[in-house]
Amino acid sequence: MKSLSKAIPLIVTLLACAFLLIPIIQSVLAGLTVNYFRGLSSGLTLKWVARVLELYSGSILLSIWIALACLVVTLILGVPAAYALARNPGRASRVLEEFISLPLAIPGLALALALLQLYGTLQGFRTSWTFILVGHVLYTLPFMVRSVLSVLAAIDLKVLEEGAASLGAGPARRFFDIVVPNALPGILAGALTVVTLSIGEFNLTWMLHTPYLKTLPVGLADSYASMRLEVASAYTLVFFVMIVPLLMAMQWASARAQRIMQ
Amino acid sequence: MTLTLTNIAKTFPGGVQALLPTDLEIAKGEIVSLLGPSGCGKSTLLRMIAGLETPDAGAKIVFDGEDVTRQSVETRKIGMVFQSYALFPNMSVRGNIGYGLKMQKLPKTEIEARVNEVIALCRLDGYADRAITALSGGQRQRVALARAMAPRPRVLLLDEPLSALDAALRSQLRDELALLLRQFGITAIFVTHDQNEAMAIADRVAVMSLGEVAQIGTPEALYRNPATGFVARFVGDAMPLEGRIEGDRLHLPGGILPLPGPARGSEVLVRAEDIRLDPQGPITARVETVTFLGTHYRIALSGASDTLLIALHSGLSAPQQGENVRLSIAPEALLILPKGVAA
Ligand SMILES: Nc1ncnc2c1ncn2[C@@H]1O[C@H](COP(=O)(O)OP(=O)(O)OP(=O)(O)O)[C@@H](O)[C@H]1O
Ligand SMILES: [Mg+2]
Repeated sequence: MKSLSKAIPLIVTLLACAFLLIPIIQSVLAGLTVNYFRGLSSGLTLKWVARVLELYSGSILLSIWIALACLVVTLILGVPAAYALARNPGRASRVLEEFISLPLAIPGLALALALLQLYGTLQGFRTSWTFILVGHVLYTLPFMVRSVLSVLAAIDLKVLEEGAASLGAGPARRFFDIVVPNALPGILAGALTVVTLSIGEFNLTWMLHTPYLKTLPVGLADSYASMRLEVASAYTLVFFVMIVPLLMAMQWASARAQRIMQ
Repeated sequence: MTLTLTNIAKTFPGGVQALLPTDLEIAKGEIVSLLGPSGCGKSTLLRMIAGLETPDAGAKIVFDGEDVTRQSVETRKIGMVFQSYALFPNMSVRGNIGYGLKMQKLPKTEIEARVNEVIALCRLDGYADRAITALSGGQRQRVALARAMAPRPRVLLLDEPLSALDAALRSQLRDELALLLRQFGITAIFVTHDQNEAMAIADRVAVMSLGEVAQIGTPEALYRNPATGFVARFVGDAMPLEGRIEGDRLHLPGGILPLPGPARGSEVLVRAEDIRLDPQGPITARVETVTFLGTHYRIALSGASDTLLIALHSGLSAPQQGENVRLSIAPEALLILPKGVAA
């Protein structure tokens, strides 16, 4: 009886895992088989993966490039913003924090439409990768701000800065010597979140992309729509290989930041 | 460094008058304590000297003849020890202590030498490369002091530096701190709400109440000649004797007490150590509790005044609880102070 009551949750968990994992495994295998319809018996190959890298290397590089640019922008905007919010707690800061987080509540689609409406007519901008970057920054900035803010809120920043000031440190020195190092776990967690989200972002990017500017997930949709299934599946594999380590690093960094905060 | 404060006051936005206009002069090498109950404006005064708070218009803060009123905290060359120590968690003990020297852009070798010097003085050898989180409360306190002292500040400001420690450690470190400050020979201002701490460490104590300095003087002067009832209560725990004054006599519920002179409109206070158990004494009282404290007994007495009186009795035996006793108080031991002065 007792072993049964233990076994049932285990079985349920395993079933749920299988439910989630089987399609993924199937898809990955599809990308590695010579012919999906003949199954594994047709043999394994890296041909399709090579094909993906050949056809979509532009998308892969663009995604990495945009993710890194997005990271730089969110660091430059987000860390000082979180610092300002942490230093001036109060109603105004609350409102501002909610305001920065607003893009989270709006579907990516709506955000993209708004951007298109606002800037769609600026030809040079509309067709440049920076247009997608703006979308990604809007979408990922709240994650950076919140991550840094939660770490900063847990330390007595005001007193630490007063301590540094009493020792002769001006505002810039205090920011780089005290604020940034102590916010580092939050910055790291935020940075990994931003990169992961930027690389995986589809809704908004799909609306903003042009035929010459396809990011990794947009390319994935494209491959399923226009390539043979093996190629699309191999694409999924490539996507996983890129995003899963990022996801894991992000989990680890967030857990670390949490630990430091308590 | 001599420190001169003229007309320094602070009104916080919202109208809280944390400090009423105050003048204060502190001599070179002097250690002054700001003593008072919570909320009386001690920290506010200290933070204005540091430059962490801006005083109301009309104030003047002078360090050795140099007007620093408009200078920011970074440029005032002060040292500050915070109640929570404010040590930088991202730096080691050495990193913390050397930070102020780094800000002065001293050469590396000199920083190293001066950090080592302060580490030795503050008995932190062996801890130099530890993380702040790997230190005990007492060690952190010493790191905070070492960090403030390393850049050789003009004045050292300490805001309740011992209050984060537990009682036993606090009294031990109190004497250590007093010694260290004297060794450094620095002008220091020391905020506390503990009279023993103030008296053990300071050359002069400024007793504060409700945003003003009620009295400033040596611990002895404050104890012997308190200017107000508040000071007498705060320094040495004087107790009021509540009764009717007629000429040079005080009519108490427990009897009539002779005063040293006519005292109309005054308040009469007495300290526990000045109340004698005396079979010939003029006042009767009932023993409520007796506590043996080793060197003496602490006896709570009712019926003599409207409120309980505490007497310290250092005989070989004490009266029993519930017993009626007679008390005497030497007229010159009474503190006769103007009535109705809040501060
Ligand atoms: N930033 C501030 N804004 C508004 N009021 C303040 C501020 N800082 C202090 N006060 C008020 O000023 C008064 C004096 O405060 P202060 O911190 O100087 O007291 P303190 O004597 O140091 O007390 P404690 O022993 O509790 O530290 C208090 O009534 C306090 O509430
Ligand atoms: Mg205070």
